[in-house]
Amino acid sequence: MSSDSSSSPERIRRVANAVRRRVLEHTLNNNGGYLSQACSSAELLATLYLRVMRLGPSSAPLVPRRFAGVPGPSNPHAFTGADYNGPRAPEFDRFIFSPVHYALVLYSLLIELGRLGPNALDEFNQDGSTVELIGAEHSPGHEVTAGSLAQALSQAGGIALARRLRGEPGRVWVFMSDGEFQEGQTWEALAALSYHGIGNLGIYIDANAQQCDGPMEAVMGVDPLAERLRAFGAEVHEVDGHDPEALAAPAQGRAEPDHPLVVIARTDPCRGLERLRERAPKLHYVRFKGPEEFAAYQTLLQTLREETE
Amino acid sequence: MERVQRPHRETLVRWARERPEVLVLSADLTASCEADGFREAYPERFFSLGMAEQNMIGFAAGLAREGFSPWLHTFAVFLTRRVFDQVAMSIAYPNLPVRLAGFLPGITTPGGVTHQAIDDVGLMRLMPNMTVLECGDATEVESVLDVAQAVDGPVYIRQLRGEVPRLFDAAEPMALGRARVLGEGGDVTVISSGICTEEALRATQALRARGLGITHLHVSTLKPFDDPRLMQALGSARLGVITLENHSIIGGLGSAVAESMAELGLGKRLIRIGLRDTYAHGASRAYLMREYGLDAMALVHAVEELAGEPLDIEESALAEVRLEALRPSERSEDL
Repeated sequence: MSSDSSSSPERIRRVANAVRRRVLEHTLNNNGGYLSQACSSAELLATLYLRVMRLGPSSAPLVPRRFAGVPGPSNPHAFTGADYNGPRAPEFDRFIFSPVHYALVLYSLLIELGRLGPNALDEFNQDGSTVELIGAEHSPGHEVTAGSLAQALSQAGGIALARRLRGEPGRVWVFMSDGEFQEGQTWEALAALSYHGIGNLGIYIDANAQQCDGPMEAVMGVDPLAERLRAFGAEVHEVDGHDPEALAAPAQGRAEPDHPLVVIARTDPCRGLERLRERAPKLHYVRFKGPEEFAAYQTLLQTLREETE
Repeated sequence: MERVQRPHRETLVRWARERPEVLVLSADLTASCEADGFREAYPERFFSLGMAEQNMIGFAAGLAREGFSPWLHTFAVFLTRRVFDQVAMSIAYPNLPVRLAGFLPGITTPGGVTHQAIDDVGLMRLMPNMTVLECGDATEVESVLDVAQAVDGPVYIRQLRGEVPRLFDAAEPMALGRARVLGEGGDVTVISSGICTEEALRATQALRARGLGITHLHVSTLKPFDDPRLMQALGSARLGVITLENHSIIGGLGSAVAESMAELGLGKRLIRIGLRDTYAHGASRAYLMREYGLDAMALVHAVEELAGEPLDIEESALAEVRLEALRPSERSEDL
């Protein structure tokens, strides 16, 4: 929670830009990727890891483990990727990653933070790898299987309730996308969190106003989101999702609240990659349309490299 | 025959006393699922999550990941069909020890199509990692808690409430993966589950009196479905096999038996008694069992079909052991 050089706004911005660069590089190498999600959430996720969450050092290997089979009574080898976020301990926070199609962004961030090795993305979407396209609980940095969207908040609520029953000081942080507020289960979860006074849980929303079909307003808008959330009993802050100080501030100095915290991070799905705007409104998944566009992004990558190195 | 009033209510309170890890989660049907005794005895371990079952499944998953033992209580329809993806992704995939106690199986309720779980066994059998149990009497209602709690993974329980007959000696508790052998004979093998076992018991008495050799097994573990005694009984039936279940004949006990018979290469007749790919409607249990052919007489007709001759068993012969029509305790149920 300190603001020393390891978690300064400058460092967070540097890390965020490095995440964008790495995701772009990967998208070029694979001719496809969740690029706009990196642009919108890079500062948000970097701020969570560097300023907001109390996490221990990673206790997982730098080289991602191979998939060890699905969990089951006859498979003692199954694991989750939560150990990339440090050991479980009463005083440490927990991170629940809900929109798992952002997995590439999370993997890239873990690399920049030294929690994953520099070559971890070589295994992205490869057969037998845990560095999956859509993350699951065995994927680095993931703790629950959340790909059926809007199920993670309820699970995080159960974890937070369990921690309260045990008197643990550690909190539970949930990263969500704004599209998940279209799902009814999200609102069921918020109602339960408020009713049961679960205050050791905070939600950060990447409100990039985009979803698979296009802009959320063209699909089914969820505004006024802040007012809706307040009506459900949450403490709500709306901040510039690319400003590390503004992102971190709401999480600081919460004594013993009896209601959940929600930070709506208003973000730009093209931040740092202006050229993406020409693809709007289809930003959900980027696949280059031809050699010309590919070359243009290649040049962009070179510029970003020069800026961040 | 002894009839026990609300056996789950009292058993849950007694059983949970020395198990502080056991929590009960409820979705506005607490007394209706006989969890009100637990709520009164251990209010700090009882969580009311409202009419929001999807979220309740997720909360249970989170609590189970943290080492608690959540026991969910609501009606079977809401615990299976309504939350199928949540159960699959939040609970079954990670193999979490969550216990789903689903009440009002099949046509045990006059609540009609919205409240009658006719496909819950099929839905839960489909899920990898899920164990599926069904109670058939008060002894099983009382002993299913231990059976479920010992499973390393999620368990779906088709639970009974209200007035429940005691068919099985209280000293013979339910055991995982072990069918109860209720009779042996070489002509026909009858496999029944849940409330249909009581019906089958009436018919088998009359059938034996006609000189037929009937092997009768009661199944309470619907998944896994690999009891060697059960497989043996399928193989030994001279005329064929009959299943009886308070469920659609697709996906439940009848399907499980059909799968086993095909895999064993038995090449015998199989008659599945149950809801024949139909929904039901709101009426008394006795009325619906007769209307949809889930009762003792339906079993007699099935045996006649396998035997290829009429057995001249009148309904009146079964009537003397027939249940009274809807009792007051059933009629006043809260939906």
